[in-house]
Amino acid sequence: MSYAAAAPAPTPTMSGVAARAVGLDKVYGEGETRVVALDQVSVDFAAGQFTAIMGPSGSGKSTLMHCMAGLDTISSGSVRIGDVELASLGEKKLTRLRRDKIGFIFQAFNLLPTLTAAENITLPLDIAGRKPDPAWMNAVIETVGLSGRLTHRPSQLSGGQQQRVAVARALVARPEIIFADEPTGNLDSRSGAEVLGFLRESVRAMGQTVVMVTHDPVAAGYADRVVFLADGRIVEELHRPTADSVLDRMRRFDGRGRTQ
Amino acid sequence: MLRTAVRNLFAHKARLMMTVLAVLLGVAFVSGTLVFSDTVGDALKNASAKNLDDVAVSVSAEQEPPKPDGRRVTALTDRTVDAVRAVPGVRTVRADVTGDAVLAAKDGKPVGDAWQNRAVNYQPGPDGKDSRYPLVAGRGPATAGEVALAEATARKAGYRIGDTVRFATDGPVLAKKLVGLVSTDDPKVTAGGSLTLLDTATAQRLYLHPGQYDELVVSSKPGTDEAALTREIRAAVPEKAANVTSGTALAEEQSRMLTDQNTALTSTLLTFAGIALFVGVFIIANTFTMLISQRRREIALLRAVGAARRQVVRSVLVEATLLGVVASAVGMGLGIGLALGIRSVLNANDAGLPDGPLVISPLTYLVSLATGTVVTVLAAWLPSRRAAKIAPVEALSTVDTQPAPRSLVLRNIFGALIAGLGVAVMCYVSTLESSDDLPLAMLGSALTMTGVIVLAPLLSRPLVRLTGAVTGRLFGTVGKLARENALRNPRRTAATGSALMIGLTLITGMAVVGNSAESAIDRMTATQLTAEYQVSTSTFSGLDPKLAAKAAQIPDVTAVAPMRHSSFLLGDEGVVLNGTDPRTIAQVTALKVVQGSVGTVRGEGIALSRTTAEKAGLRAGQRITVELPDQKKHRLTVAAVYEDNDIAGDAFSDLPLVSYGPDEAPKDDALLVKTAHGASDATAAKLRAAFGDNPLVKVENHEELRQETAGPIGMMVNMVYGLLGMAVVIAVVGVINTLAMSVFERTREIGMLRAIGLARAGIKQMVRLESVVISLFGAILGIGVGLFLAWAGGSLLASSWRLYETLLPWGRLSLFVAIALAVGLLAAIWPARRAAKLNMLEAIGAH
Repeated sequence: MSYAAAAPAPTPTMSGVAARAVGLDKVYGEGETRVVALDQVSVDFAAGQFTAIMGPSGSGKSTLMHCMAGLDTISSGSVRIGDVELASLGEKKLTRLRRDKIGFIFQAFNLLPTLTAAENITLPLDIAGRKPDPAWMNAVIETVGLSGRLTHRPSQLSGGQQQRVAVARALVARPEIIFADEPTGNLDSRSGAEVLGFLRESVRAMGQTVVMVTHDPVAAGYADRVVFLADGRIVEELHRPTADSVLDRMRRFDGRGRTQ
Repeated sequence: MLRTAVRNLFAHKARLMMTVLAVLLGVAFVSGTLVFSDTVGDALKNASAKNLDDVAVSVSAEQEPPKPDGRRVTALTDRTVDAVRAVPGVRTVRADVTGDAVLAAKDGKPVGDAWQNRAVNYQPGPDGKDSRYPLVAGRGPATAGEVALAEATARKAGYRIGDTVRFATDGPVLAKKLVGLVSTDDPKVTAGGSLTLLDTATAQRLYLHPGQYDELVVSSKPGTDEAALTREIRAAVPEKAANVTSGTALAEEQSRMLTDQNTALTSTLLTFAGIALFVGVFIIANTFTMLISQRRREIALLRAVGAARRQVVRSVLVEATLLGVVASAVGMGLGIGLALGIRSVLNANDAGLPDGPLVISPLTYLVSLATGTVVTVLAAWLPSRRAAKIAPVEALSTVDTQPAPRSLVLRNIFGALIAGLGVAVMCYVSTLESSDDLPLAMLGSALTMTGVIVLAPLLSRPLVRLTGAVTGRLFGTVGKLARENALRNPRRTAATGSALMIGLTLITGMAVVGNSAESAIDRMTATQLTAEYQVSTSTFSGLDPKLAAKAAQIPDVTAVAPMRHSSFLLGDEGVVLNGTDPRTIAQVTALKVVQGSVGTVRGEGIALSRTTAEKAGLRAGQRITVELPDQKKHRLTVAAVYEDNDIAGDAFSDLPLVSYGPDEAPKDDALLVKTAHGASDATAAKLRAAFGDNPLVKVENHEELRQETAGPIGMMVNMVYGLLGMAVVIAVVGVINTLAMSVFERTREIGMLRAIGLARAGIKQMVRLESVVISLFGAILGIGVGLFLAWAGGSLLASSWRLYETLLPWGRLSLFVAIALAVGLLAAIWPARRAAKLNMLEAIGAH
């Protein structure tokens, strides 16, 4: 099943869609150096679902995530988080939207080395001047298994533990959607599996919406749905994937002459 | 490797600018001082050489104490003049009579500084004019009723030719008609003094006796041997009554004197230059440390491809040398401008420095360049050693490995030892009372400051937490992040704070000592002097004893106590003895008698201050035998002992006991005047009138006395502020530098913070607060150490200022904190803007 690039996306009720892009273009440079990173991308990310975005290097998967998350501006089209049209927001409102409605997990853990694990987890709430809900905070910490390490600084934690702090940080503010950019890229496979387990668990048990960019088929196998990008377009989609079925799809792209 | 060094130098232009600025300001100060002192020294020497140009031999009369009529006697008479004139080879002989004459300006106030009001006899040559003092207008004084003035003096006093000039030498007011104006290049006149010319007979009558002279200035015929002429003239004048000096020797002596005066100013200025450079060292060292940590991977790569440790060190040092040379060169240029600036500022304050061409000696070039370069290279030396320790393998690692923080244990032990020693010395100093111990106090201060600088990383933790607690409370998460950032690299925070600390320590020390001294003066005049007025003479020549009685006759005046200073030795201690009127002394000062009574202080009776009595182990009623200045032994009775009192001094007695040599006329040094209805302009005017409106006589009320004593202190403190302000400017550069580096290092964190919802304004705020926290840390250290040193060293003033006690100038201290705050905010402007401008996506992905 593939979406024709120009075809309008199906219109499910907004309540079921956490984020939506319609006719999204992202163009870098001008004239000779013009590069089209995203070409008329339209995609929905359903609420309470774990979606993986895959694609070879340069396919535009990170750009798509950055545009959806309000980290980057778009050239044309529309991006919505919930009911909010991102293109209509100025710098300040965009920052506030990211703070209040979006959670982030990055590849290189991106914790503040000066803060303890607990302080890192509550950082977005602290910035917003909000108090964390203690029960929810405990639940999140319990889930990611950091109970004994809350007073540790990042330098005293392993890579896996650091990324679990990052996951907890993304979860604790109950964002409408979490964007994860290669969250397992720097982890060994066991730690990576743990982190992915927590992400899937947060979707299943807490109803969280997660969008993850990855190039690892095993990671994508944890998702409910995989969207494949190539040359700035969505070319494939896979529901209830397994690592094998994802790998299978990827090989088919390669068979068609694409290289990773 | 040279190419690498040069490339590196240009790769970080902004950082480079900052470091250059730190070196540059210090070097500018050094070269400015040197150029200034050379230029002024040269100009002064030229001026004095010109004055002495025509002088082959000088015959000056031996100084003799004045006779009872106030006039000196010299052995240089008309006969001596004739004898000298008869010596072969002599062309002309000027016979000078020199004295002091204080002019009253048109408005009645004295003109010029008290010690530079010269009066000289006008000596017309065959053409009727005195070649030494060329006439600008009018003619020279010829009769007793005439006077000429230097043009500058007349302008200052507001006199024109034809006016009646009022002046006093040391007696009554004289009035003479102004008949001429002359020009002079005498530095004393241009430097705020005055010059009055009288006809020779009048001058002799005022200062000497008819037919006597102070100095004979001899010019020689061409081809005369100066040394031989000097010998011959020496033979021609009365032997013991005159000094015969050759013109060359005179010139040498003057030049040596001028150089000495100059050296004092130069060394003061160079001290400040040294402080500026010392502060600069921290910034340079900090910059190089940061540059190297920023280039770790690069350096590792160089090592991996085969560069030796030695080469890495050399490359860093070459970079430092280039930087030092460039900064020194620019600094020297700036210094020349500075030298001109100093001269015009001083001249604007009546320093009267002669004009002259700018003198830039090769030594100035050498010293400036060498100082700047050596300081830079020395400061870069430790960082370069650290660079050499970077392992080649770091080039290959994918993750940024910041070096493990080096242990501070050794540094802390070392710092604690130095600081401990310094504090111990200062605590010992605080028990001393003599200003002779100043060198020890300076050593202790230097040790304490150095120790605290070494300990600064250790101290930074609690102090930054303290200031951070405030910012955290006020600014929430952003304030907390700022605090944590400042704590992250204690060495860097410490070095940055130390640069600010040094300036503030010195400024605080000066401010506290200045304030304490001023308030001591205030209390002295306010609590001890119950008289409304002090009458004295501006030339310290003393007042005619008759004036005390005259003042007492003014209706409003209730008591007059004359003061006649003298001294004697009591055991080994010098005791200042004031001759006064024991019947009135208690009315002009708050005198607390603890033993005996003032009523019995008469004849050979004497009153001692409690300290003086205790030191000598004396009680009222006991007797002592001392030799007074009249060179006679006196058997004195201790009639009273009183609480220490600055007005009454160590001891006082009835006037007649205080006399000078047998031939000297008694004079009162001051009169303390108590009035019935307090001080008022009318009373002051009546007093002045009683003294014949004499420009020599000063009638001062409390406020004027306070000003006179405290004024110079305030001026000195202000000057030091100005000079040390430069150290603060350099400190700002240091803070900018550190922040720029912090922002660079934390690019990724800043990106992440922006992504998770910290607005640009929040990022700016974070950098700003970090800057403020570091600056306040420096301020707390500086003010703290400054207060301690001022407290400990203040005791040294206690010997001369009995009422001295350490008093904190709260207003100024809060001003310093405010300045630190401003430094923080100012320094953060550029780094904060840079941090806020960072591209978020690039920042997140940055390695």
